[in-house]
Amino acid sequence: MLPIGSAAPDFRLYSTPDQQHSLKDYSGKNLILAFYPADWSPVCGDQVSLYNEMLQLFRKENAAIVGISVDGRWCHQAYMQSRNLHFPLLADFEPKGAVAKAYGAYDEKEGLCERALYVLDAGGIVRWHYLSPPSVNPGADGILNALRKINAKK
Amino acid sequence: MSKLKPPITKLDHVRGNANAPVSLVEYGDFQCPNCGEAYPIVEEIVRELGHGLRFAYRHFPLSTAHPLALSAAIAAEAAGRQRKFWPMHHIIFENQQQLSAEALWAFAETIGLDMQQFEKDINDRELEDKVDADFESGVRSGVNGTPTFFINEIRYNGGYDRDSIMAALQKNTANHGSI
Repeated sequence: MLPIGSAAPDFRLYSTPDQQHSLKDYSGKNLILAFYPADWSPVCGDQVSLYNEMLQLFRKENAAIVGISVDGRWCHQAYMQSRNLHFPLLADFEPKGAVAKAYGAYDEKEGLCERALYVLDAGGIVRWHYLSPPSVNPGADGILNALRKINAKK
Repeated sequence: MSKLKPPITKLDHVRGNANAPVSLVEYGDFQCPNCGEAYPIVEEIVRELGHGLRFAYRHFPLSTAHPLALSAAIAAEAAGRQRKFWPMHHIIFENQQQLSAEALWAFAETIGLDMQQFEKDINDRELEDKVDADFESGVRSGVNGTPTFFINEIRYNGGYDRDSIMAALQKNTANHGSI
């Protein structure tokens, strides 16, 4: 994974068939990047549902969250609708896994993103990361602690 | 190692003995099927250990997945204002398959709540805040789904069957005093 203190690589990815998100869209805000293996798999389901309940808590910490997997934008759209998700899922689809690779969060053998978390500060600097075993929901306590630390230093 | 934050406080709904050698805290969601399955097991353990255990229940509603979870948690808190949190907790889990907005009213009536007061309380924003505070404490303690248990403030990662939970409780009881 990228070292703490390094500048996060830019990206521009689709979340829905007609909407793109880039790192710059979030400048001025802390940003949580949640790489995860796949839409529809059970552990991811719990993880995204949990984050979906936490959007207000993240907002309180001046943070936004995006999920990133290699699923396509139509798949993400269907998944977001089915789970009633209120944060964007980005499609690291073409070239496959390029953003995950840039963040050192790609499992070459499986051809899927790792289950990896990043917290970037408002200037796009990596302030915290965590690599979870693929089948374990990493929860959100680490994210909240990282955000608190960032906001305390201001 | 994930630790319970904060430890059991006066605001918690607690059963058993305040000075028991072992405590069990559950983060639950009234509409979560896994919590429904864990319910009779936890009840059995609470009965069996009696004064040897302190048990607390905190809310962790995953509202997107379970649209009635928050309403049910607020209803239980409202019942708590009439000192009937546990009867409400029991009746909801025992009738989880029938859970609906109407059913919550019927449960409130069945356990003998003052219905006027109940109606007033479920609309009191303070109760939703309390549920939210439980949720936040859960996230900070490392809860990532339901049910999640803490034994003596440390997250329990084992199975939800009676024998596994009981063994973990007994192990912690045995350790008590030597720490």
